[in-house]
Amino acid sequence: MAKLTINKELCKGCGLCVTACPKGVLGVSDKDTNGKGYYVVEEVDAAACIGCAFCATMCPDCVITVEK
Amino acid sequence: MAERKLMKGNEAIAEAAIRGGCRFYAGYPITPQNEIPEYMSWRLPQVGGRFIQAESEISAINMVYGAAGAGARAMTSSSSPGISLKQEGISYICGAELPCVIINMVRSGPGLGGIQPAQSDYFQTVKGGGHGDYRMLVYSPCSVQECVDLLYDAYEKAERYRLPVMILGDGMLGQIMEAVTLPEMKDLSALPKKAWATDGTGFGDTRRVINSLYIVPDELEAMNHKLQRIYDEMCRNEVLCEDYLLDDAEIVITAYGTVARIAKSAVDILREQGIKAGLLRPITLYPFPKDDFAKVMNAANVKEVVAVELSMGQYVEDVRLAAEGKKPVKFYGRSGGNVMSPEDIVDFVLKEVK
Amino acid sequence: MATVFEKPSFLTDVPFHYCPGCTHGIAHRLVAEALDEIGAQGHCVGVAPVGCAVFAYNYFNCDMQEAAHGRAPAVATGIKLTNPDNIVFAYQGDGDLASIGMAEIVHAATRGVNITVIFINNAIYGMTGGQMAPTTLLGQKATTCPSGRSAEVNGYPIRMCEMLATLDGPSYIARCSLADVKSVKQAKKAVLKAFQNQKEGKGFSFVELLSTCPTNWHMSPVQALDYVKNQMTAQYPLGVFKEV
Repeated sequence: MAKLTINKELCKGCGLCVTACPKGVLGVSDKDTNGKGYYVVEEVDAAACIGCAFCATMCPDCVITVEK
Repeated sequence: MAERKLMKGNEAIAEAAIRGGCRFYAGYPITPQNEIPEYMSWRLPQVGGRFIQAESEISAINMVYGAAGAGARAMTSSSSPGISLKQEGISYICGAELPCVIINMVRSGPGLGGIQPAQSDYFQTVKGGGHGDYRMLVYSPCSVQECVDLLYDAYEKAERYRLPVMILGDGMLGQIMEAVTLPEMKDLSALPKKAWATDGTGFGDTRRVINSLYIVPDELEAMNHKLQRIYDEMCRNEVLCEDYLLDDAEIVITAYGTVARIAKSAVDILREQGIKAGLLRPITLYPFPKDDFAKVMNAANVKEVVAVELSMGQYVEDVRLAAEGKKPVKFYGRSGGNVMSPEDIVDFVLKEVK
Repeated sequence: MATVFEKPSFLTDVPFHYCPGCTHGIAHRLVAEALDEIGAQGHCVGVAPVGCAVFAYNYFNCDMQEAAHGRAPAVATGIKLTNPDNIVFAYQGDGDLASIGMAEIVHAATRGVNITVIFINNAIYGMTGGQMAPTTLLGQKATTCPSGRSAEVNGYPIRMCEMLATLDGPSYIARCSLADVKSVKQAKKAVLKAFQNQKEGKGFSFVELLSTCPTNWHMSPVQALDYVKNQMTAQYPLGVFKEV
């Protein structure tokens, strides 16, 4: 059981977290944008998260907090 | 304890800077100021200071930027071509409002020029030198003792206005030996803490940033106005000027630095010949002693002014600005490292001035 | 539940200005994590470069000085000698460190001054708009070598780690990549070591991080990571080049 908290306002939608995730938890939204106009990352399969923090490791903007 | 010694100009400068509080020196060898880094290399460690021979003038001034930013009383020295290399760092230091001391023992130019005395860095020194709108407090001492006296309090001035103090000397001043009275070592433990210094303690709300980058035009303009207010205050408080036999002078010779000593002798010779000559000697080149010049330019007894310098007509431009057309201003200069004698100045006055 | 990953306290709350996917952000975080880990809070000064990372002074939660282009090692030397007990670091890009600041970095290294230098190599001038860097790869396109860097016209890319490792002064020189999770974890260890060395008084430590510039490379952020893995590491092999 693990939980991701994504600070969507700081997300730039670069997708590095999406490719880093081994479980397919994340995806870049095709409709949800933030105040800066970026399509932001979102959880597409939250239940699959194992809390490995690979996503946060690759996030250049410190957007993701991981709890386990 | 004050002590009296026979010292070479460059060495006296180094010792006076240390007694005035210098604890960090970075420099790079160049003639004719090499005695300053040489002296600093053994003397600074004795007082707990740090000497570093940099890989270049550029690096030296940037080490000073770092050390001054971290709160040290820092100094560098060089001579003309080296000072040109330092201009980038001087501009950053002025932009970041850091106090420090810079010595320029001017040699003749342009280019590699020569190693003999000159005053051809006048424009570079008082008009900016590097990029951007900035000024420094510029002293031009005429004797080794005056070097010592001005340097001793230079850090207080630099820290009050948070800008570099430059001593504009020349090869002659650096190389001559004169008797000097050295003041006692300043007690640095009594100095107030520099709240702006990057001493490492900053975190969160208390962190300090030393920077000269302002991307927003309004912020940079406000910064430039702030600097100008500081320069204006400096101009009100720090002007130093010597006048000699001006009360009844009909011919006023004006010169700065070591040339002023030669000019003073010329004034004495002219007086012996019955010519009413006098001398006006700026000690600060920036701020320029405008009021002292205005007095001369408005005096009924003054008929003509002669600007004497070791350059091809730089200082004379400021003298003519100060004259505002009220008096004729003649120019007599030598260059290439040639130094005029008092008799040369007398001959010029007798030939060229009515 | 316990927090297993959060933003380090050595980063301020100011959001990074970097382009999407730029790995400067990862490098900043690794530096901040290392500073947190060695307990540098309250005795640390950083030096920001000129270039994309110029605003680093807004991001690191410590006293900061902004240096002129390439001069960060000289500025850091002045800061360190003034307060030798402080942890002092310089953060520089490739144009800054390997071109205009070549003299400063070489002499800080040979002097062995006890500072930590983090070198971001993304083989391009980012801030100024994608001009050729000293580390631009042969064949790589840039706005000042539009048909690709040619050895004949532009000379060869510079390997900083290998060069600096010939000197006696440095205590630690390593090159890592930020191209994937495994590499970032290795980079984290190297950055931490470079700061621990300073804390232990071992002398000059230098970590080069192979980084991306998706914007000026004209690639997606994910493609840019692949470029680092497949192209850059061939020219710039990863590893520890010196450890004393």
